[in-house]
Amino acid sequence: MRYLPLSDADRQAMLARIGAASIDELFEGIPENVRMSGLPNLPLHAGEMDVERQLSKLAAKNLPASSLPFFVGCGAYKHHVPASVDHLIQRSEFLTSYTPYQPEIAQGTLQYLFEFQTQVALLTGMEVANASMYDGSTACGEAVLMAHRITRRSKAVLAGGLHPHYRAVVETLSRHSGHSVRALEPIPNGGSGEIIAGIDDETSCVVVQMPDYFGGLHDLTPIAAAAHERGALLIVAVTEVISLGALRSPGDMGADIVVAEGQSLGNGLNFGGPYVGLFATRAKYVRQMPGRICGETVDAAGRRGYVLTLSTREQHIRRERATSNICTNSGLCALAFTIHLSLLGEAGLRRLAELNHASAVGLADALSGIDGVELMTPEFFNEFTLRVPGNGAEIIERLAEKGVLGGVPVGRLEPDQPELHDLIIVAATEVTSEADIAAYRSALAEVLKHDR
Amino acid sequence: MADIKFTEAHEYILVDGDIGTIGITDYAQEQLGDIVFVELPEVGRAVKKGDEAAVVESVKAAAEVYAPVAGEVLETNKELEKNPALVNEDAEGKAWFLRIKLADADELSQLMDRQAYDSFLETLS
Amino acid sequence: MTGKERSAPARQNESASPTYSGNRGLLIEEPLIFEVGDTATSGVDLPEAPEAASRLGKLARREPIGLPGLSEPEALRHYVRLSQKNYAIDLGLYPLGSCTMKHNPRANEKLARLPGFGDIHPLQPESTVQGALDLMAQLSAWLTELTGMAGVALSPKAGAHGELCGMTAIKAAHDDKGEQRSVVLVPESAHGTNPATAALLGYSVRTIAARDDGTVSVEAVKAALDADVAAIMLTNPNTCGLFERDIVEIAQAVHDAGAYFYCDGANFNAIVGKARPGDLGIDCMHINLHKTFSTPHGGGGPGSGPVVFSEVLIPYVPIPYLVRDGAMRRLVESEGAAEGRKPFGRLTAFHGQMGMFVRAMAYMLSHGADGMRQASEDAVLNANYIRASLRDVMSQPFGDQTCMHEVLFDDHFLEGTGVTTLDFAKALIDEGFHPMTVYFPLVAHGAMLVEPTESESKASLDQFIGVLRDLAKAAKGGDQDRFKRAPQLAPRQRLDETRAARQPVLRWSAVEPAEAAE
Repeated sequence: MRYLPLSDADRQAMLARIGAASIDELFEGIPENVRMSGLPNLPLHAGEMDVERQLSKLAAKNLPASSLPFFVGCGAYKHHVPASVDHLIQRSEFLTSYTPYQPEIAQGTLQYLFEFQTQVALLTGMEVANASMYDGSTACGEAVLMAHRITRRSKAVLAGGLHPHYRAVVETLSRHSGHSVRALEPIPNGGSGEIIAGIDDETSCVVVQMPDYFGGLHDLTPIAAAAHERGALLIVAVTEVISLGALRSPGDMGADIVVAEGQSLGNGLNFGGPYVGLFATRAKYVRQMPGRICGETVDAAGRRGYVLTLSTREQHIRRERATSNICTNSGLCALAFTIHLSLLGEAGLRRLAELNHASAVGLADALSGIDGVELMTPEFFNEFTLRVPGNGAEIIERLAEKGVLGGVPVGRLEPDQPELHDLIIVAATEVTSEADIAAYRSALAEVLKHDR
Repeated sequence: MADIKFTEAHEYILVDGDIGTIGITDYAQEQLGDIVFVELPEVGRAVKKGDEAAVVESVKAAAEVYAPVAGEVLETNKELEKNPALVNEDAEGKAWFLRIKLADADELSQLMDRQAYDSFLETLS
Repeated sequence: MTGKERSAPARQNESASPTYSGNRGLLIEEPLIFEVGDTATSGVDLPEAPEAASRLGKLARREPIGLPGLSEPEALRHYVRLSQKNYAIDLGLYPLGSCTMKHNPRANEKLARLPGFGDIHPLQPESTVQGALDLMAQLSAWLTELTGMAGVALSPKAGAHGELCGMTAIKAAHDDKGEQRSVVLVPESAHGTNPATAALLGYSVRTIAARDDGTVSVEAVKAALDADVAAIMLTNPNTCGLFERDIVEIAQAVHDAGAYFYCDGANFNAIVGKARPGDLGIDCMHINLHKTFSTPHGGGGPGSGPVVFSEVLIPYVPIPYLVRDGAMRRLVESEGAAEGRKPFGRLTAFHGQMGMFVRAMAYMLSHGADGMRQASEDAVLNANYIRASLRDVMSQPFGDQTCMHEVLFDDHFLEGTGVTTLDFAKALIDEGFHPMTVYFPLVAHGAMLVEPTESESKASLDQFIGVLRDLAKAAKGGDQDRFKRAPQLAPRQRLDETRAARQPVLRWSAVEPAEAAE
């Protein structure tokens, strides 16, 4: 067996030193009546070629984003990742290393985490960031719990434009940890008035997504002011991190905590995971921030170095008094993010954001020109919502039959809101070509024509 | 006349009239290692005997500091927020954590005096 | 970090360095990207954006961000130089107890990157991703077969997340029956995530002491059980490397009291193919794909923590979960669509760590039933070989007894030497090994927990054993200095963690705080 180095001779010699007659003796600690006598009811071992064949067959049953005009977004985005990124993250010392608990032999990991934390703080316009969370949605849930701890209140208000999965994660966490949530109605192109009206003296935080999940943009400044006036915190969620290359940062608009999905930089779609959560906040709240944090220090020879720090917030020391139960961060995905962003640099990120926006503007113009199709979000970054004459999910299916993956039907995310079922959310990125746009336009026009 | 008492959880309380000054003992700071952060309660808070009154953090551990007796928090030691290292330097002197107004002086009789505490420490080693 | 003019990075600590550059042979000192790059440079050539009327309104960014860019050659050098300062499994043994640092097969990386797995979006039409759903179903089938359990939740993103999943399902089950229970039993040897998870859900923790041999007795559990106990959280094999031999009776007692049994599956590697947790009476168990099933640790993540469930808890499993719809597979993604079930909610956006599912499936197919059983046997054999080779020079807190996949030592053998567990561990670094797990579990004084895994050859183990014997001898021989100053040969010596916590510097800034104060 290619992954098991011991030979039978080795095993015999080792048993002899242990003083056991057979390997079975070493398992006598397992009560006899629960010891398995035979093998599990599963196939026997397979060679690499065989495993490749089996899994390739499964992979071939899926339609990759690169193989056709592709416009699916809504929390995960198709971008081009430079070849260097994947090459570097596969280096043994990054791929197969452990959490940097022994900093003397993990300065590689610790330094890139320190750089990552700085990049995240800069992008979000905040003072401090952690070394990543599992993903944007769990980061959002943790941010709400953090706001409850800081304000000593227990009620979160969720704007209607918060991604329904993120909303569900916050609701689930709250329901079972004794907190309450008020989730406002999802309305494409909804304004801040309703959000501001929803804040009262019992509110610990208001969570607003920007751009929202319909793609719309919001000035968060009045929401921040309204929240702070009542002693509440503003949490901003960003699902398309490249938008931060073109838009004012949440920190600039008064956010207290910013959470984001970092998948767009360095990380592929991967059917939903692994992704990387970004988490940033004000310096005064750093001791309430969940997750791992990397800090700068010096070693015994006076050289600059890095260590995981402020660990007493974490579960392995505080145990039941920890700020959360988190153990891992999203290490390798954070590395991919930071490498991609280092390659882009500020100039590159801004240009990338411009390209995304230009693609989306071209697409929105092309599609809203079709009879019966209405653009619901006049201001957007690289994603927008269309109202179509018919059931959004069916239209998306029919577009797929014509070789275009046209976006996400809102009905899939909001099955209990039938008034939203004629809406589809459409994304375009730097990967979207003129030919893709033309293909979508003609496919949609055909699909709608046949509907008449 | 000031009188000092100790708990088995290594807190001390220095009593002067009905004011008690609370901190952790020298033994406790040594066990914890380099202190990096101290979390102090709000002035005005009422604590019962055994309530968590403060938290002291070192690099590798975090420990609760419990109120040895009941009282109302009058003052906290701001110096510790700026200089947590003071706890290592002078735990039983300058690095006091908080001052309370005693609610029930009778509770003091349940605590150890210096001699009893020193004997208690010997049983630990 | 200023404009395009970039000079050589500042030399660090010039007096201490034996070379002009500060480099030492292949070990290159590498500054931060903020000290090397600048905002105008980019290592990515992008076309100019076509003219288009902006739809950003008044929300267009007005301020610069301050992000440095590097050309591609500079970027490659930066990260390759960083990588050379890391220890890794591909370099040597990680004897970390309860971490299961086994080999990460490269075929897994290749297969996870097939476009059909890596380049599919979680929200594309389900008809276009049936192969992905098939893989998730296959993984579920293998996990339930190996554990002898009824069903599985695949969505948790890591082990601790899996714990939250299992415990929330238990809470939901009690809530559904109208039971108000507020206590969770946790042994004192448990991993910190266990009490943290319980506390998150509003439970208070009642600790159970271990008996003299390091295991939990059914009597101790019965004494702690009452009508207020919602669950017990046990790790099996436990964190001392021992199989909890009372576990079947414990499960019975827990169920008799109307409570549920959560099993922490971090140590599953010891018993895969040898015993099934389901046969022991547990109600749910999280599995760490990045431990037992070889997905890479990646310097701290990503992990994946699917949870297997018994029949009684299946109704509460979170969304999304897989169902069959004729010839197709679908995901149930909303609570309203959950027919016949009462999911406790949603734990994460989308469906789970697909990238890790592919890797774990490749591992399982490669090993098969016979290979996985052999892997467990070799893991246990390797740990006992280490135990037998060191029992005369190192001390074990519960006496010398057969262990499972990991062996627990304490610092008793270092008594009187002035060398602590930490010093001992740091000295291992100079010998080319990552230290074992130290100061965990808390039940042992100065604990040292060693788990070699099945991936180590006998030669590798013999070298490790030789080093530990030499270190133990040196410590007892009075050579304190070697330990107190260790490590001397790593890219950095011991780092000042006190300073890092007292004066946190958590990001690079344009102006150094010290300079600003002057």
